[in-house]
Amino acid sequence: MMAEHLGLAISSIFINNILLAYFLGMCTFLACSKKIETAMGLGVAVIFVLGIVTPANWVVYNYLLKKGALVWISPNFAELDLSFLNLITFIAIIAAMVQLLEMILDKFFPALYTALGVFLPLITVNCAILGCSLFMVERSYTFIESVNFGISSGIGWALAIVALASIRTKLRYSHVPEGLRGLGITFIVTGLMAIGFMGFAGINL
Amino acid sequence: MGLLKSLPKEISDPLVENNPIATQVLGICSALAVTVMLKQAIVMSLAVIFVTAGSNVILSFMRKGLPSRIRIIVEMCVIASLVILVDQVLRAYLFELSKQLSVFVGLIITNCIVLGRAEAYALGNPPLPSLLDGIGNGLGYTLVLCIVAALREILGSGKLLGMEVIPQAAYAMGYENMGLMVLPPGAFILLGLYIWAVNSLRGKPGE
Repeated sequence: MMAEHLGLAISSIFINNILLAYFLGMCTFLACSKKIETAMGLGVAVIFVLGIVTPANWVVYNYLLKKGALVWISPNFAELDLSFLNLITFIAIIAAMVQLLEMILDKFFPALYTALGVFLPLITVNCAILGCSLFMVERSYTFIESVNFGISSGIGWALAIVALASIRTKLRYSHVPEGLRGLGITFIVTGLMAIGFMGFAGINL
Repeated sequence: MGLLKSLPKEISDPLVENNPIATQVLGICSALAVTVMLKQAIVMSLAVIFVTAGSNVILSFMRKGLPSRIRIIVEMCVIASLVILVDQVLRAYLFELSKQLSVFVGLIITNCIVLGRAEAYALGNPPLPSLLDGIGNGLGYTLVLCIVAALREILGSGKLLGMEVIPQAAYAMGYENMGLMVLPPGAFILLGLYIWAVNSLRGKPGE
């Protein structure tokens, strides 16, 4: 049991890194990786939101949307399949949870709020969040697995963005061909990072 | 270029000059994920053109009565409904392909091109130009996606749309498919090189 969870965590942080293997959350990744502090803040915010939203969507999917999920209300609903609504429900839940999180942080943890505040609304449209929820459905995780998957994917994403931000600060002093500056070289660096992460694929779990 | 000039500005502009992927940095996620084979890329592009154009028109009709405080939620709902439509159609008629695209059709919702165009264009312009703008940006996305996908398929598996294009003689002489192109890193590197080529052709340096 414990070993399985450790395996899932390691695989979602390193081997199947949500950013470098599935390309999720690229927009924010490219836009906010110029400074290490920003990248760090965003990374922590993503871990936070993923850790809350993925299990929340698990509950909604398994008790409301899945085929036969509404049996707990009445046995007549056994044939009802609402899973075509999952996209719109997930996105609404993500938006609502982020808003809620923002309010809670503002009220009870003002220091954390000032640190993360700017990034939270941005996260609503981060594809990594929606992507994790959809993967959770596709791979039919259990509740505990979905908590684990959410948090470890977040850690993987944070790791990648902090690493890229550190490389980009170094890049400022290097001589890059003119047309390649900015976006072009960032992609190539990301590609090399992805090759590096693929090295983990040999680990047998 | 003569053909480009004859098109309305809303369509021609995002194709090259203001390409959503290469210059506006929007919608990268799906651009990389679905480009292993050209067929997937084409289907994905059609879906994005449909969603961008549809949401642009709908939101443009709604623009006068929409309070700005709730506009993001309304935009999300419109986009999500259109994506559900696309997803269901794909599942009904192209089931195999929709399995391969897996979560990425759903992720059109968070594709920044759609929301970006709705915010930047549709909310301030009448429906017809918004429709053209949506189609134009969809086509700009298609252009990049198809170029990257075609290169990845040819270099990575020696095929194009599932047909062999590299002659057997080449393999006999020791040519090998580039495994890197099929894997995620290949997509990053290829897109980086593509942006480099575009920047150099336009004579504009990056940042």
